[in-house]
Amino acid sequence: MNERDSIEVSTEQRGDALIVTPTGDIDLHRSPAFRARLKDFASSKPKRLVVDLSRVPYMDSSGVATLVEAMQIARRQSTELVLCGLQDKVRSIFEIARLDMVFKIVPDADTASKA
Amino acid sequence: MAIQRGRPGAGTDDERHAPVKAREIREDDAQAMNDAPNDAPVILTIRSDARYLCLARALVGAFARQAGFDERCAGQVALAIDEALCNVMRHGYEGKSDQPIWMRLATIEEQDRTVGMRIVIEDEARQVEPAKIRSRDLADIRPGGLGVHIIREIMDDVLYEPRADRGMRLTLTRRLPSEGGRDLPVRNLESS
Repeated sequence: MNERDSIEVSTEQRGDALIVTPTGDIDLHRSPAFRARLKDFASSKPKRLVVDLSRVPYMDSSGVATLVEAMQIARRQSTELVLCGLQDKVRSIFEIARLDMVFKIVPDADTASKA
Repeated sequence: MAIQRGRPGAGTDDERHAPVKAREIREDDAQAMNDAPNDAPVILTIRSDARYLCLARALVGAFARQAGFDERCAGQVALAIDEALCNVMRHGYEGKSDQPIWMRLATIEEQDRTVGMRIVIEDEARQVEPAKIRSRDLADIRPGGLGVHIIREIMDDVLYEPRADRGMRLTLTRRLPSEGGRDLPVRNLESS
């Protein structure tokens, strides 16, 4: 994987919550990098892992698959996975895939870190 | 440089990384594109490399807006096309990033007005029996397998068919909501 295939992800520890904020589209091209980063973050076994998608304008099913996998890893290790900050196009794929009952989705990182 | 049909990996390194090319349509390509719609005003040739998906999405989104779809519907159509291209790249070409994919965009005109759009995607990947192209059960929550569901959910008509010589053809149509097309509801996803 070269630098162009990578994805910028910032992190912030807020209480028990590790907030990870990726930036940019998450599609088939970039989801492998996002998957690798998320697995790294999950491996630290935070009590709550918050994925703030407020800087992700677009996501396709490969990005959703990455989040489903992260949720499965989180459940196995008793980490709570929370999504927040979904923009319209990202919200749309969760609606279409009917995953709203599967993920915990809240409006923003403040809410997520206290949820 | 044109994509070399039947010669995967052919060409210089620079050539292999040329992403999108408004290429001269040769006789055999014209035959491959014969069925519908012949009068497509926009034709895109793209390599099966995921780094160029963003270009295809931008093109489809802009075309949909120009056809009269609002921002939300145009974004959904672009998502469906993204998923269709991803399926060709991942499953059809099994991850090979130097194979050709053709996409044609056209509006659907009825009684002198635009009522929707049609997208035809063709490839030279392995052929699959159309009946076997299905989504996974949505209740079976696991990574992957959502692409076909998303395409069928967004588009009004979805037709997979083998091309005459090799590869597959996918024809997708979406009518404007005001012309009987689907208008997917927006739901509140937030838990609390």
